Amino acid sequence: MQEFSLARLVEDEAATAALAAAIARAARRRDVIALEGTLGAGKTVFARAFVRAFLGGEEVPSPTFTLVQAYDTPAFTIYHFDLYRLEDPEEAYELGIEDAFADGVSLIEWPDRLGSLLPAERLDVALSQGAAAEWRRIVLTGRGDWSSRLEELEYAFD
Amino acid sequence: MIVFGIETSCDETAAAVVADDRRLLANVVLSQLDDHRPYGGVVPEIAARSHLEAVDAVAAEALRRAGVGFADLDGIAVTGGPGLIGGVLVGVMTAKAFALVHGLPFVAVNHLEGHALTARLTDDVAFPYLLLLVSGGHCQLLIAEGVGRFTRLGTTIDDALGEAFDKSAKILGLGFPGGPAVEQAALQGDPQHFALPRPMKGRDDCHFSFSGLKTAVRQAVERLPGGRATPQDAADLCASFQAAAGDVLADRVARAAALFRAAHPEGSTLVVAGGVAANRYLRTRLDAAAAENGLKLVAPPIALCTDNGAMIAWAGLEHLRLGRRDSLDFRPRPRWPLDPDAPPVGYAGAKA
Repeated sequence: MQEFSLARLVEDEAATAALAAAIARAARRRDVIALEGTLGAGKTVFARAFVRAFLGGEEVPSPTFTLVQAYDTPAFTIYHFDLYRLEDPEEAYELGIEDAFADGVSLIEWPDRLGSLLPAERLDVALSQGAAAEWRRIVLTGRGDWSSRLEELEYAFD
Repeated sequence: MIVFGIETSCDETAAAVVADDRRLLANVVLSQLDDHRPYGGVVPEIAARSHLEAVDAVAAEALRRAGVGFADLDGIAVTGGPGLIGGVLVGVMTAKAFALVHGLPFVAVNHLEGHALTARLTDDVAFPYLLLLVSGGHCQLLIAEGVGRFTRLGTTIDDALGEAFDKSAKILGLGFPGGPAVEQAALQGDPQHFALPRPMKGRDDCHFSFSGLKTAVRQAVERLPGGRATPQDAADLCASFQAAAGDVLADRVARAAALFRAAHPEGSTLVVAGGVAANRYLRTRLDAAAAENGLKLVAPPIALCTDNGAMIAWAGLEHLRLGRRDSLDFRPRPRWPLDPDAPPVGYAGAKA
């Protein structure tokens, strides 16, 4: 499968949000976007900006408590998962993750909890702490169709 | 009027019996924490299964302790949402079965309204009152105007406060649930040792943001020698975290109190509800904040702040005595805002 990676250093939350919005504009139905990073790395910040690229001022609360929040946009439904509390990948079926993969756009925090259920064709967004408190390193890896979309997007990020 | 209530929307299987003279006839809570501790949180599938296994026994025990049978009841209340859908379904199906078999009125209760009305059961608080609802899934300021009537003044734009407690505890390796662990550790800590942010403090609205506070705890740990917190570091961080949370709550409550008193000059009470209201340090801070703003704080006993069946039975009773009941085709509502007309918060542009 084709793969393409690029890395960016962002200096504040607004820059993370701008990058998320650029990715949102390239998103299509059945996309899976895996958000990786530790507590406080900015996964939910990314997801919130992604949703708001479609829905403006929509409230996008943390899905930690409910495990999944769904947002209807004119083009598709966005499913924002937080799998932090999942112990067994099979539990994801209870959350309707198959429907999300089949029909929506899935933003998945703690994707490692899915094990082999995580689709191979996807966009990985890995967030990590930079040297200053507000800085974040963001590594984007497109696998399959996202590989070429990411190559095209590279210009939009600079 | 005597009402039976069932609560299964999160990690407690609970049932209770209350009477309209505010007597709590029975209140049974089967804590599932032992099941959940290895997972660091509430896992829905496991919660649903545990509720299913426990709900009949918990219901029977509540009736036994109350010394009543179904023939003595005037209604069956149950949490109809919001919450983890699997658990809510178990409670709703059980309550419907009881109502159908015994020919009793059925009422589906909003879990948040259960918390919101508890102070009327315990302290006979009159409407209107200002309400701070703080739990693992919610952080809201509302005006309670009547049964089923709430105006939301503010909400969290990201994490709930209870969630910030849980995640900070996780970062510090203190285990689950985070609230009691952080409160306990904080007793040995210096609240000024770490400079943590006060998100949203001073803003001209009543909203909250706690995501950045959790991030600041992680960053503080990473700056420690070896990137690890000693027990004293953890205690100091917990104390500093609570102090930050207390400052934010006090500031937000002051804003809300001004709006509340402008809308209801006769209003005199701040009610705090939800699991985070069990935190003694925050209760003390809220007590002071209420007094500074000319309000009296009412905080239900700790056992009635965390999830329980009594609050559901009571809220159901309040609806039933106003003549409201639900049909047996009621469908559980994973999302169920107390104030459906509240404008969305939108971009708060919060800087952690």
